[in-house]
Amino acid sequence: MTLSDFPWALTAAHTLLAVLGAAMVCSAVRLLRGPSLPDRVVALDLLVIAAVAVAAILAWVYRQPALIDLAVLLALTAFISTVALAWYMERSRP
Amino acid sequence: MEMVWLISALALAGLGTLLILLAAVGVLRMPDVYMRMQVASKASTLGAALVLVGAAVGLGDSPAAVRAAVAIVFLCITTPVGAHLLGRSAARKGVPFSEETRRDPAEFDQPAEAE
Repeated sequence: MTLSDFPWALTAAHTLLAVLGAAMVCSAVRLLRGPSLPDRVVALDLLVIAAVAVAAILAWVYRQPALIDLAVLLALTAFISTVALAWYMERSRP
Repeated sequence: MEMVWLISALALAGLGTLLILLAAVGVLRMPDVYMRMQVASKASTLGAALVLVGAAVGLGDSPAAVRAAVAIVFLCITTPVGAHLLGRSAARKGVPFSEETRRDPAEFDQPAEAE
């Protein structure tokens, strides 16, 4: 069951990748103009979750199961960075 | 039969992608840090889980499915914890609430306890 046997399915998967790119652009706009630091951290978290979805779809389209490991590692890094930034925000004086 | 698996994988991944797009639009449009946080944590967790299930169905071998399940469990555990920590530190830092929020934010004003 390779995806490249079905051209319409390949087109649909590429459309999904484009939609995820639009979502990443939306959260990048919030990352750039967020009024406070928590806004930027939330936007960064959403950006990394969209990157997890992109890695999963790429693993499916190009039949590279190692990219699923990339998705796991991205989720791990996003959690650790969110916790570290929250800790930093709570400790810093306003 | 192949076609059924392919279409179901595409449907799952498409639904998850739509949820992630909705989360991004909500992060862009919501008026408040806290509303943005709840949009980004709930919808994007379900969306990424659906995309991972769709990719596992499309790949169709069991090691990839196991790793996708590990990723889903990990996301479902860590995303609410991260959002809670972020919301608590934002409230303690004094990030203003939206005008439409009814709750009195003064009770969040005590400093973080020393450890």
